[in-house]
Parts: sequence; C-alpha cells; structure tokens
Amino acid sequence: MASERYSFSLTTFSPSGKLVQIEYALAAVASGAASVGIKAVNGVVLATEKKHKSILYEDHSTYKIEKITDHIGMVYSGMGPDYRLLVRRARKMAQDYLLMYGETIPTSQLVQRVANVMQEYTQSGGVRPFGVSLLIAGWDASVNNGSPILFQCDPSGAYFAWKATAMGKNYVNGKTFLEKRYDDKLELEDAVHTAILTLKEGFEGQMTEDNVEIGICDENGFRRFTPEEVKDYLTNIA
Amino acid sequence: MSILSYNGGAVIAMKGGNCLAVATDLRYGVELRTVTTDFPKMFEIHPHLWVGLPGLASDTQTVLEKIRFRVKMYELQENRPIQPETFAAMLSNMLYERRFGPFFIEPIVAGLNPHTQSIYLCSMDLIGNVTTPEDFVVGGTAEEQLLGMCETVWSPDMDPDQLFESVSQALVNAVDRDASAGWGAEITIIEPHQITTRRIKTRMD
Repeated sequence: MASERYSFSLTTFSPSGKLVQIEYALAAVASGAASVGIKAVNGVVLATEKKHKSILYEDHSTYKIEKITDHIGMVYSGMGPDYRLLVRRARKMAQDYLLMYGETIPTSQLVQRVANVMQEYTQSGGVRPFGVSLLIAGWDASVNNGSPILFQCDPSGAYFAWKATAMGKNYVNGKTFLEKRYDDKLELEDAVHTAILTLKEGFEGQMTEDNVEIGICDENGFRRFTPEEVKDYLTNIA
Repeated sequence: MSILSYNGGAVIAMKGGNCLAVATDLRYGVELRTVTTDFPKMFEIHPHLWVGLPGLASDTQTVLEKIRFRVKMYELQENRPIQPETFAAMLSNMLYERRFGPFFIEPIVAGLNPHTQSIYLCSMDLIGNVTTPEDFVVGGTAEEQLLGMCETVWSPDMDPDQLFESVSQALVNAVDRDASAGWGAEITIIEPHQITTRRIKTRMD
C-alpha cells in the first residue's frame, strides 16, 4: 500500500549534517504571527499579535494564549492546529504529574516533557515536526518564595530559558529591541508595556484590543487579559 | 493463614518537638518458625526520610527496591531531593496501580525537613489510602498493641531523649504481646543535625 512507502522518517540527515525538515519547520515559525515573552522580577508576560485576514472573522472566539495549569501559560508562533495538539498534551501531562505526585508540576518539568514530545516527531516514521515554537511562562512557588520562569520550545525539541525573547515575523528586530530595553529590575507592569512596544515594532496597521492578546503569570497564577485590560495598556503607550 | 501475618513484624514512627523517631522489630519468620533476627522493616530513603514496610517479607523487599528506583529517577529528572509528601503520594500511586493484585504491605512514611523543621508522618493501607496524623503512625501484626501503647506514652513536643524512651516503651511492650513480632528492635532518632540508631532487647521469643 502507498503508506508503506512513507513509513520512514522524513527527518533524515542531509550531507551537511542538517535536518532539513526542522529547518523548514523553523521557517514556518518565522513566518508566523509575532509573539513576545518577557520575564520581570515579579512575573512573566506573554504577548502576541492576532491578525485576522478578514473583518468577517469573529474576534475573541479562539485564543492563542492558553492556560495549561493555574500557574503555567503558553503562546506560540507558527501553525495554529499544531499548537492546539501541544496544548492538550501539555495540559494532560500536568494533570498526570499532579495525580502521581500530589504536587503541581514545576514549569521546567513541563517544558522538558513538551519538548520531548516535539523531539519524538523529529525521529519517528510517517510524521512531520511541529510547525510551532512555544513560549511557556510559569510561576514556581516553591523556589525562593516564588519565582517567574520563561522558556521557549522549538520544533526540534530544543528548549531555552529566556529573560526576554521574540518569535515569529520580525523576530530579529524584536530581539534587538529587547536587548536594548530589557533590564533585570523590570516590574511586571513595565514588562507588559515593553512587550507591547516590541510587538508594535513590526505591527502592520493599528494595534487594538481585538488584534493583540496579552497574558501574565505571577504569584496569583496565570491569566489572560480581557480586551478591556488590553485596551487600557494600549492607550498608555499612545 | 492470613497473608499479612505470614511473616510478622512491627514498625512505628513518632513525632517529637523538633525530632522524629522511627523504629522496627527485627524478626524474620515464616509462620511460627523464626528464621533470622536481623531483618528490619524500616528503611532509609534519605537521612531525613524513612519508610516502614511491614507485611509480606517478599513484598517488603520488592516495594523497597521499586520505590528506591522511582526516587532515584525522580531526583535525577527533577534535579532536587524528594519531599516526604511527594514520596508518600508516589508510594500511594504505586500501590493503587496494583489495586486488584496488591502488594501485601501497609507502609508508614516519616520525614523531617531539615530546613523548616516540619515533620511529616503518614500511614497507608495496602492499596495506598493515605492518612496523615499529627502524633504517631504504626504498622504490622502488632498494630493494635502499638496503637494502645502509643496513645498512652505519647505527649506533644518531647525532646529526643524523652522521645526515645516513649518509642522504646511503646514498641517493646507491644511486640512482647505479639507472637510474630519481636526478637529485638532497632530505633532511630532523627534530629535536624544528628541521627542516632540504637538496638534494644525485647523478649527474645
């Protein structure tokens, strides 16, 4: 049958030592909508552009920034459907951990498990890598009376902890902007402000509460801003 | 013949002021025949985390090996030492996995957090139901005798020496009234910066 011919892994090495499918996946991510994550002293902010291709789209019926557990949230750049699968997996892994250990999952443990899933799809037969990079923001209550944490997961399965980073369209400029603007003593309020400014750098058109999503993670847990809250922050940058 | 009293045994853990006592009898027997007199049923996971596994001796050994395996994997993966509450949750989960073909042990867990000085005690049935009392936990064939003795000798906030006295009296007198537990006892007193193990003599029968 036809499927027998495709049961080998598509991620086989090229002569130059690269895995081309992963390179292409990263290209899919780089052409996706921009997203930004910034770690402050008292929390983490995630922000993303949510441009609709037509005015007929129903705003706020689906979300890019998703809660994984009460204390961990996630956003992506790249292919939405691939993201949804990873959100479901991450949520289940967090609950499995809670059931086994009676304890909420540390952010770094969740990241390792999600990254492991992404890696499996680069070394299995008949599948392709995920076309998303994830930003995972969490609050670890058990470390130093609570500390914020920000990770990025790539299609290859590699993960990195960041103080601040940008992904998707225009990410190079975004990162340069953050390198200049970031400082260790940033408070969450300022970090949200900076995140919005970073998104604004590459934004086509007017930023409104309907085409920007923001989420924060602090000692009270993870939550997504309502459009009204986003609007307040947007008016402040004008 | 009841499978939980085939080998016999007794374990106890008791809370003091900022110290913890764990103790076990030393008999290994097969029904009425005593085979060995140096078979403790209380094991160290960390200097400040102990688990007692009274019941069928084969399961004592197997569960000990399996839980040590799980703890090592956890600590390598998480890059931090395991907390007593988490250990108990993990052990409970392991036992419930075998809900319809269980391990025949009724464990107790005792831990002292050396930084916060908080003490954790819990006891479980053979399928992992966890109870966390504030004073003492007991297990084994001499369970009822142990409970009676503990109720009598326990008082809150004992210092290490008083605690040693209480645990010794509770264990010795309980196992002396149980045919399948005894043949000596091993008692460990755990304080934040010092851990002492002593063996004492019970009725040697």
